[in-house]
Amino acid sequence: MVNIGCVITTPGSSKNNKTGSWRTFKPILDKEKCIDCDNCIVFCPDSSVNKQHDIDYDYCKGCGICAHECPSDAIEMVKE
Amino acid sequence: MVDIPDKNLLAPGHRGCAGCGASIAVKLALNALGENTVAISATGCLEVMTTPYPETAWEVPFIHVAFENSGAVASGVESALRIQGKDDVNVVAFGGDGGTVDIGLQSLSGAMERGHNMTYICYDNEAYMNTGIQRSGATPFGATTTTSPMGSASFGEDKPKKNMPMIMAAHGIPYVATASIAYPEDFVKKVKKAAETKGAAYIHLQQPCTTGWGFSSDRTIEMGRLAVETGSWILYEIENGKFDITYRPEERKPVKEYLAPQKRFRHLSDELIEKIQKYVDAECAELGL
Amino acid sequence: MIREVMTANKAVAEAARLAKPQVIPVYPITPQTTISEYLAQYVADEKIDAKYVKVESEHSAISAAVGASATGVRVFTATSSQGLMLMHEILFAAAGMRTPFVLADANRAISAPLNIWNDQQDSIAQRDAGWLQIYVENAQEALDTTLMAYKISENPKVLLPSMVCLDGFILTHTVEPVEIPDQEPVDEFLPPYKAEHAFLDPKNPMSIGNLADPDYYLEARHDMQVAMENSIEVIQQTCDEFAEIFGRKYGLVEPYKTEDAEIIFVAMGSLCSTIRVIVDQLREKGEKVGLLKIRAYRPFPVEAIDEAVKNCDKLAVIDKNVTFGIGGALYTDIKAKIHKDAYGFIAGLGGRDITPEAIFEVYEKTKNVPEKEVTWIGLKED
Repeated sequence: MVNIGCVITTPGSSKNNKTGSWRTFKPILDKEKCIDCDNCIVFCPDSSVNKQHDIDYDYCKGCGICAHECPSDAIEMVKE
Repeated sequence: MVDIPDKNLLAPGHRGCAGCGASIAVKLALNALGENTVAISATGCLEVMTTPYPETAWEVPFIHVAFENSGAVASGVESALRIQGKDDVNVVAFGGDGGTVDIGLQSLSGAMERGHNMTYICYDNEAYMNTGIQRSGATPFGATTTTSPMGSASFGEDKPKKNMPMIMAAHGIPYVATASIAYPEDFVKKVKKAAETKGAAYIHLQQPCTTGWGFSSDRTIEMGRLAVETGSWILYEIENGKFDITYRPEERKPVKEYLAPQKRFRHLSDELIEKIQKYVDAECAELGL
Repeated sequence: MIREVMTANKAVAEAARLAKPQVIPVYPITPQTTISEYLAQYVADEKIDAKYVKVESEHSAISAAVGASATGVRVFTATSSQGLMLMHEILFAAAGMRTPFVLADANRAISAPLNIWNDQQDSIAQRDAGWLQIYVENAQEALDTTLMAYKISENPKVLLPSMVCLDGFILTHTVEPVEIPDQEPVDEFLPPYKAEHAFLDPKNPMSIGNLADPDYYLEARHDMQVAMENSIEVIQQTCDEFAEIFGRKYGLVEPYKTEDAEIIFVAMGSLCSTIRVIVDQLREKGEKVGLLKIRAYRPFPVEAIDEAVKNCDKLAVIDKNVTFGIGGALYTDIKAKIHKDAYGFIAGLGGRDITPEAIFEVYEKTKNVPEKEVTWIGLKED
């Protein structure tokens, strides 16, 4: 059974798909070093950094943009 | 910086590549527009990675019909919303460069010329990425792709990029802008301006693609920044016919710094790089950068 | 109710006006053009409260129609021939996305060679798109069928778009007396469209037109088959309801003097008017002959056809289209589904007149068993 015309009626249901399993490197944030620039939030392609700069490892694919764009080197990419 | 919303309107769990620039673009655009938005997408990476049934990454209403018709679909959506009195709903259409500058050009031209109250955002990654890196009309001179490959008799794409934002500007629409995901504040400001514009608005957003351009996934933003800092991609807007550069690099870097880290340009001779530098210089001179 | 002399194109435009579509994306093409003109004028004169989208092609007309319908409003569009061919890709999307709007097709030949005159190749070429197709015989039927098409398409058991097929020039540009119903009974018959399965509304965000992988695609297409099967009953019910309110009776098919007929003509559209006259003339000569007019071509009404032809010996199927390498589309469908001796005749392509003589010829050939299963009628011999 599919919905008529395969319409999806639950917005944001991609959250069922835990893309964290794709990751080979894991970003670790040192909150001591964080200067609240929010680059990691703004540039995360997977909407996986929240306002408190917590990284959601359920979805983080480990692309490393957050670490690369962090002006205070507060994020380190660590091999899984 | 950009306002950080409590809830991102492009949900995680989508199937975009690690380091996908299109996801950043759409997330920023949707967050700028807010929940009172209907989104339209052409076939392409964006549509495929966000809506594999039964899961969607969209937190706003979304429709996709085909590759070449997002301008027309958006026209229908916009007309239907307005006739129902829903004048405050933002209508935003997304198309990749293929869906915009090539196969979707006619449909988009019609939509812009008719002046629907909508925003069209081209997320330009400079080739057909969803099908595996084939050249489009937006592929820059010198880039090797699977259909403009370098070879003993070829250095890759042999024509410069189609100047789509100026084609859109020639439609006389009230708002046209270029943008880059590496300059989110500039982009978000333009998205908001486009949404507030009464009538058709067009934003051409350069969006580096880790897979298609050949750089490591952490450098997506850096590539966008290098494009702008070298003058290879110029940030401007044309508001009611008035042209303004919205970001000026302090000192324009040599284009080689932008080309060198990318696999698609790695084969280029110094001579060709010089040719590209001349293209860029000419474009910068023309636009007053 | 007003009675007025008008073309079938005007009748279709009147039906569209009465159906109160809210979005009308349309692009002109001969011989549909006057439909797009009438509708533009109705909107300009505030006779319809709709957005008339002046699209730059038929491809955009149908694309805008899908977008508007998915936003939850009633939509009308119309085209013909090359325009319908340009829509081809999106016709499938419209059906697959289950957007229940109505398109009037002014049946015209397909290029090449370029030809603006009537046959039914354009809509026949779209038969697998998942649209209901109803062929009409005259202007009144064009009006009535357009109204009914909305009710059928919007029925929750169907939710597939409908194509009302009217013969180019023969109907689109010929004036006939037509009864235009009043708005009130039309409103009673056809209440406003309320989309429930799919609509774009920020208060209830849905994703429409998604990717379906091999785990889901088959089911989605099967649902369309079920919807098409359901539409048989819905068409009949809708015709009955229409007859109750407006007094004109229609069905899936329309048999004429078939009960005791030995040979039955099978045809679609305006050609049926000519055949009916010939049937009468042949009857006067003592020939046991009848006509089965096929109104619904998709869904293909097998039971209704079976019932109408059950007593006859032979079927003479006349197609204004050709499926090269096999025969006419209606003929091949009849051969596949109806267990009677059937003979196919290709006639009238590109506007060639199908004269009374041609119909007599079809009859004689069928009576004496044609040399070939499929015969082209009216071919000029060098």
